[in-house]
Amino acid sequence: MSVNQEGSQEAIRRRNWRDIDLRAVAPFVALALLLLVGALVNPNFISINNLANVATRSAFIAIIAVGATFVISSGDLDLSVGAMVAFIASLMILFMNSGVIADPVLMLLAAILFTVVAGALCGLTNGLITTAGKIEPFIATLGTMGIYRGLTTWLSQGGAITLKEPQLQEIYRPAYFGTIFGVPVPIIVILSVTAVAAFILYRTRYGRHVVAVGSNRDVARYSGIFVNRVRTVAFVIQGLCVAAAVLLYVPRLGSTSATTGILWELQAITAVVVGGTALKGGAGRVWGTICGAFILELVGNIMLLSNFISEYLIGAIQGAIIIIAMLVQRSLVRKS
Amino acid sequence: MNTEVVDDAPVVLSARRISKSFSGVQVLFSVDFELRQGEIHALMGENGAGKSTLVKILSGFEQPTSGEILLDGKSVKLPPNGAAEALGIVIIHQEFNLAEHLTVTESLFLGREVTRFGVLDRKFMRAETRRVLDLLGSHVDENAVIGSLSIAEKQMVEIAKAISRDARVVFMDEPTAVLSREETNFLFRLVRKLRDKGTSFVFVSHKLDEVMELTDRVTVLRDGQWIKTAPTSVLDGEAIAQLMVGRELSSLYPAKSEPDVDEEVVLRVASVSTGYVRDASFEVRRGEILGFSGMIGSGRTELMEAIVGLRSRLAGEVLVRGQPVPSGDVHAINKAGLAYMTKDRKAKGLLLNTGMMANLTLQSLGRHSRIGYLDPGSEEAALVKARRRFDIRVRDDKIVAGRMSGGNQQKLLLAKVMETDPGIIIIDEPTRGIDVGTKQQIYHFISALARDGRSIIVVSSEMPEIIGLCSRVVVMREGHIAGILEGDEISEQEIMRYAAGLKRKTAA
Repeated sequence: MSVNQEGSQEAIRRRNWRDIDLRAVAPFVALALLLLVGALVNPNFISINNLANVATRSAFIAIIAVGATFVISSGDLDLSVGAMVAFIASLMILFMNSGVIADPVLMLLAAILFTVVAGALCGLTNGLITTAGKIEPFIATLGTMGIYRGLTTWLSQGGAITLKEPQLQEIYRPAYFGTIFGVPVPIIVILSVTAVAAFILYRTRYGRHVVAVGSNRDVARYSGIFVNRVRTVAFVIQGLCVAAAVLLYVPRLGSTSATTGILWELQAITAVVVGGTALKGGAGRVWGTICGAFILELVGNIMLLSNFISEYLIGAIQGAIIIIAMLVQRSLVRKS
Repeated sequence: MNTEVVDDAPVVLSARRISKSFSGVQVLFSVDFELRQGEIHALMGENGAGKSTLVKILSGFEQPTSGEILLDGKSVKLPPNGAAEALGIVIIHQEFNLAEHLTVTESLFLGREVTRFGVLDRKFMRAETRRVLDLLGSHVDENAVIGSLSIAEKQMVEIAKAISRDARVVFMDEPTAVLSREETNFLFRLVRKLRDKGTSFVFVSHKLDEVMELTDRVTVLRDGQWIKTAPTSVLDGEAIAQLMVGRELSSLYPAKSEPDVDEEVVLRVASVSTGYVRDASFEVRRGEILGFSGMIGSGRTELMEAIVGLRSRLAGEVLVRGQPVPSGDVHAINKAGLAYMTKDRKAKGLLLNTGMMANLTLQSLGRHSRIGYLDPGSEEAALVKARRRFDIRVRDDKIVAGRMSGGNQQKLLLAKVMETDPGIIIIDEPTRGIDVGTKQQIYHFISALARDGRSIIVVSSEMPEIIGLCSRVVVMREGHIAGILEGDEISEQEIMRYAAGLKRKTAA
């Protein structure tokens, strides 16, 4: 027996490099390939400037997708995130336009707090409808998607909501356009949100519970985990991530409309799936998600720079990417 | 039994030197098997002996790694996924393959519907279904929806399905596990009738008495090897059991140690009721192993789940060390030192796609974290300790739970529950689907836990295990506690009397 065990230990060491989870590596390989393709298409593509630009533009989807990683890992789905962006951004601008606080700095801080609370409440609503209401998350968030979008249209009366106070605009602008040590602020925000999320998902009790709930709800319940609480909190995290994205979105344009964030839910879910998180729950990969969001933006960028494909086809290409990602994921599962 | 006639009958289906490996683990070693026309052939062996694998190979659901299958003396490669039905080889699964929403007639003709001019000929199919059911002497309505039938009736439909497809060879995997005595008798009469018309049966069962009563020949497998094939009439139950186990059974159980009468009562269950369970009361003392016996569906698991908070109680109280615990709150009850180990380790016990460590600590993450932040080193140490303590053996440290053997999964599940350091452990079916060596280990773990001053409730459908381990036995019947047996009263016959409702006594 002991001889046998020693032999098998050696086998383990030899096998180690082959045991790397292909699903975890695949998105990074895809990203590297895309960078290579991009460099061949247009030499300007690989410049730091262009790449920093792409990363900055991917910020909204990336941050939302980090939240979606939690929801999807716990076995749920949130379709309302795009509408939620529009709704919360509208609320934030209306709050800043209301002029309840005279001092612009204090006003901005209050508006940020307000946005975070609004995001958490929107997420909580989704979570409670799904868990306490026992409604399929697909249907529950399809419903709230309509509600958030409709409320935005009503708030804006079909038009746009624009930040009026020029002084506020001036202070707030650097939140999207500024740099710290030469790195654009949105990139720093992406990295910090992701680092916090990765810490929560991989190194805390709550993160372990999320994956357990997504993997098998009965096992989680029999292990004394409060399944509904874990699921609801995942939706709240999603709401907080949407709020973070809104905090970057508002200073960029200073305006929202009923069409803000349309199809962002598709892009966020695509980023998560491309990143290697299983859509049926039970495995979350936060860094993969960021990689997925970056891939989506890069594809758009390459199309723009290349001129062989009309950029109006971006939506179609993104739709195709999610299907391809699912096919790749499934074939990798079969092999392993 | 007409063994002489059977002896001369031609061989319908046979296996020659069949071996089978699953991902490198060999489960069948050059097994021979012969099925004659018009015989009922019992296939016996312990869990993991390779019975189901052999059945799957002989019915085309698995292909052998080596060896050949002969049908009517000619070597064949059986088509997969049930397509062997076309050759007259039918398997009746333990879990029925019937769609709940279809009618009996639709089920019988599923996949081979009869049409006239491209339109379903429903009249003909109904008439044909009725004919087959009448042949079997069954009163099941051919228009009834499957979902509305009893389990015995569903089994009847499965058999009717087999006959309507002109089955020559029928495999039955534990067909009586879910049947009452009368239903079993009816099934046996039917099987004998069909046997006399020339159909061959392979009967896989753990129930020795049924094998003795029904079958013509017996083949015993042990650890994937063929051990013996003999006419049933020359064997007795004891002999078959010896062949199956291959060693003395007595060493299987550790010596019993009864707790002192004045030991503290650590768990008191008082008049607990749920939807099905009514007014259940019992006590457990420190260091005691209390058995729970009864038929499947007698409410044992439901009662246990109500005690540990996985279900809410409609009435009654549960006191752990004198303190009442809230209803329906697993977390709080776990904290009070009461833990439940599920019988369904695959669906409710372990995360099959996850490694050993995350499974081990899932229920006890609080012990490995500071303000919610997990300490991987502490988890790692727990795993090393648990693997040594419960002798969990794996070839690859990173293996996911779903790929471990049943025995190792069971040990991991026990380790997981023990991580919460409970004083009272309820173990539901401690040895379901694991080999005899691991069984013995688990019995010794249970006994060691009791000597350690913990109290254990063992819920089991395996009577020898209850008798071998427990110093007191609670017998349940139809949601009630039918009796609590002690000392010399604990015997198979006595337990059966209470479980079947022949005897009853109120809790002392």
